[in-house]
Amino acid sequence: MSRGFETILDGITRVQGVRSAVVVSAEDGLVVAESSMEGIDSAALAALTASLVSRLGRAMAAAGQLPPAVIHLEGDRGHVLARPAPADLLLVAVAEATANVSLLRLTLLDAAERMPS
Amino acid sequence: MRTIEPWVEPPLREFLRESSARLVLVMTSSGQVVAQYGFTRSLDVMAAASLGAAIVASTEELARVMHAGSFGNIAHQNAGRGVFLAPFPMHSGKWIGLVVFDHETSHGLVQLFFGQFAEELRAAAPVQRKEAVLLAEQFEDELNRSLRSLFGR
Repeated sequence: MSRGFETILDGITRVQGVRSAVVVSAEDGLVVAESSMEGIDSAALAALTASLVSRLGRAMAAAGQLPPAVIHLEGDRGHVLARPAPADLLLVAVAEATANVSLLRLTLLDAAERMPS
Repeated sequence: MRTIEPWVEPPLREFLRESSARLVLVMTSSGQVVAQYGFTRSLDVMAAASLGAAIVASTEELARVMHAGSFGNIAHQNAGRGVFLAPFPMHSGKWIGLVVFDHETSHGLVQLFFGQFAEELRAAAPVQRKEAVLLAEQFEDELNRSLRSLFGR
């Protein structure tokens, strides 16, 4: 993994309750870099999240809106957050239900700004 | 969609629904066609099957020469279309899937759902049946029989 991505992912996984942080190629839905705990299927997470973000972007465009800045899925057992980043990448984080989601959201926004392109 | 074996159809239908693939060809490693979706001409099926099987065979040989074990799946992509070629084990021997996709889906999704498709095929396949050894002199007859089944003529 490149040093730049490693630093970015470290910053995200340092937020308490984060179980996985993945850099995804938005167009291909493939994992570029990851830092995940056991039990997370990063390939599936990357493919499905990229598809979701792409479709949401198209829905927003159809509604005359700009693409989403952050996508937040809240489940009973946790959260999935995705943030589009430069160079057609996506930052995706999986967190436990008890995680500080506001902090994670800010961390993702900041990380996307610092992504190596 | 056309399939030689009826048990291939439900997993293939599910794969098509989930992956949004445009064309799918399932074949044995010798290029014998098992199922196809999206092809309209038998000539295209013949060409795709023989080329797909040849690409997988060449890649495996390349891996052997380079002592690289196995290269796994093969993907080609341009701006509008992608081709995903994946060998996978069945009870009767190795099969190959060739999937053509466009911007409606992605390489990641095709790869993800193809893995599930291969598992479902293995679970659905009758275990006791062994793939017949295909001799060169039988190949043309077998191919024609497959194409008649796949295209209904």
